[in-house]
Amino acid sequence: MIVIAILAIPLLAALLSCLPSRRLPWTATFIACVAVLILTIRLALQVASGEPMVVIPKWIAVDSLSALILLLITFVGTVAAFYSLGYMGKTCRDPKRLRLYYVNYNLFIFSMLAIPVLVEPTLVWIVVELTTLCSALLVSFENTREALEAAWKYVVLSLMGAGVALLGFLVLFAAMQAAGGGAYTWDGLIAAAPRMPAILLQTAFVLILVGLGTKVGLVPLHTWLPDAHSQAPSPVCALLSGVETTAVLYVILRLFPVMRAATATHAEMWAIVFGLISVGTPAFLLLRVQDYKRMFAFSTVEHMGIILLAVGLGSSAAHYGALYQALSHTLTKSFCFFAAGAVLLGAGTRQISSVRGLIHTSPAAGVSLLLGGLAIAGAPPFAVFLSEFSIFRAGLAEGHYVATGLLVLFVAIGFFGIMWNVNRMVFGQPNGDAQVRLPVSCLVALVVAGALVIVFGLYMPAPMQELLRHGAAALER
Amino acid sequence: MNDPSTTLSVLGSLNMLAGGLFLLSAFGIVATRQVKGCLNLFIVQSLMLAASALFLGLQHGSWHLYGVAVVNVIAKPVLIPWLLRRTVHEEVYTRREIDQVLNIPTSLLIALALAILAYFLTIPVQQALDPQFRGANVPIGFAGLLLGAYTLAVRREALPLLLGLLAMENGAFFVGIAISRELPLLVELAIATDGLIIVFIMGVLTRAVHKQIGTTQVGSLATLKEEVTE
Repeated sequence: MIVIAILAIPLLAALLSCLPSRRLPWTATFIACVAVLILTIRLALQVASGEPMVVIPKWIAVDSLSALILLLITFVGTVAAFYSLGYMGKTCRDPKRLRLYYVNYNLFIFSMLAIPVLVEPTLVWIVVELTTLCSALLVSFENTREALEAAWKYVVLSLMGAGVALLGFLVLFAAMQAAGGGAYTWDGLIAAAPRMPAILLQTAFVLILVGLGTKVGLVPLHTWLPDAHSQAPSPVCALLSGVETTAVLYVILRLFPVMRAATATHAEMWAIVFGLISVGTPAFLLLRVQDYKRMFAFSTVEHMGIILLAVGLGSSAAHYGALYQALSHTLTKSFCFFAAGAVLLGAGTRQISSVRGLIHTSPAAGVSLLLGGLAIAGAPPFAVFLSEFSIFRAGLAEGHYVATGLLVLFVAIGFFGIMWNVNRMVFGQPNGDAQVRLPVSCLVALVVAGALVIVFGLYMPAPMQELLRHGAAALER
Repeated sequence: MNDPSTTLSVLGSLNMLAGGLFLLSAFGIVATRQVKGCLNLFIVQSLMLAASALFLGLQHGSWHLYGVAVVNVIAKPVLIPWLLRRTVHEEVYTRREIDQVLNIPTSLLIALALAILAYFLTIPVQQALDPQFRGANVPIGFAGLLLGAYTLAVRREALPLLLGLLAMENGAFFVGIAISRELPLLVELAIATDGLIIVFIMGVLTRAVHKQIGTTQVGSLATLKEEVTE
């Protein structure tokens, strides 16, 4: 019941947002997000003990891993909705276009929430495709030449990936039939995996990794990501970078227990190789990036690589580290994009070279950007540092010295790239002396998101730890 | 004709014919200059997909495959062109695409190489399948997928790009009807609906690009990259 409500509320809010009223679209969106957040927290507490909740057998079920992803989506969704009030109010005056924004926003949230809740792989594929379609008009929302180009690239490349992934899921279904059938769900796949022909399973895995990897932003296929994640309005960027990528990566992660149940599949090797390439390439691009929103987008590619690599390391400590990394990345990256949005509102440009001395012109934006930069680059005592550290340790314990060594090197280069750019923007002599005042809702959202970034570095609540532990166990099996 | 084995072999040959035409239309989508011609070829391709589902369905007595055939006949040749006409400006239709990224003969040669590659790549997969699932559908569908992806790489006009995406999906399904016959019909319906949403969203985007930039040559948009000019 609670799961159905989680899915139904955003749809209802999308309908309400269509009504011609000035205030209603935002109010409906925000209330819906808060309601879904409360329901998700209750749901997460229920499944944190490790017992999955089956709503409709073979179609809808929630375990601790899906509850974790749900929690991330609803949290960022709520804060970004609140942030939208001030941000969109300032950048878009047309009430009709604002309505369009909130309708798409709710549909986008709905499509993301459906990913972890569904257990039938082909239906999961459909909702992954829906996330692309529901967010396309959000990416192009500003309707500039660049935004339209970004949206077009986003849709074409993501859907191309989806086409490849569809074949992967169909081959997976055929492998299931070859193994004697059974329920086509994540659990059913694990049960049938030992009897599947290895070649079919491998083909399916590679097709899905490449196809959905396009949407996650794994490196050879990441070219759309910095465009889309920088051109969208900032609250949407927080959703795209913070949770959409993670939610799609979750689908790939679901395949690892299946691959492990079968023998002689090389899923781990694929994960380590793809992961390392995805960490390494953006680390160097971060050094020469010109646009601060693109900078955070490249850092998303880097973090997706870290999570995939961690899963590839294979031990239970590494799985815990991977999920911890997903949690810390989502919290921190969404905060970074809120900060970047605040800078954009004040400075009116995305160029790093045109922004100087933020700490003087707009202290709130300057402090947030500095905090966000430090936190996402992986400085102690923030959560990203702790999660990256736990992955390094797991990698060394498993004896993956080369992979871990390269990972440390790339993360260090990325750290340098981000901090160098953030430093240039925050300090230095400001170009003009105009003081910028941020909308109240943006400030509140920054404070809430920033507080969590700090808190999770110092203290992890016991139920959260439990959820991560059981989520990692679900990857284990 | 009353002999069941003759009927089966006739159905098998008809399925091969549908497969051949399916592949031919995929080549056409790569190379046709007229946007409208591209759309017609896509319709032919979808009909061939439906025909193949029908023949395989008769061969194996599978109700699921009849469902797939019906869904395909309704969604692709009827609903998609109708939706396109409603969302995209008439002018986009009548365009001719003069410059592709590569010239057309080269393009066709590469497409041919891709089709041959698809055949060899699918050999090990075919061997792992139960004999009743083997057949021409696997290599042809995979070739359709690759040719669709190739279309995305070489074409610049918005509508052919959209059709390339849908052709990729057709290719995946062409494999799917052979190897995963018992896929729930609910999933088929959801995927068909999804195709309509793709057309709608991309139609809206195309219209916005047309209005804002004055062209539908979306493939030549390239302002976003790292070497930013100040």
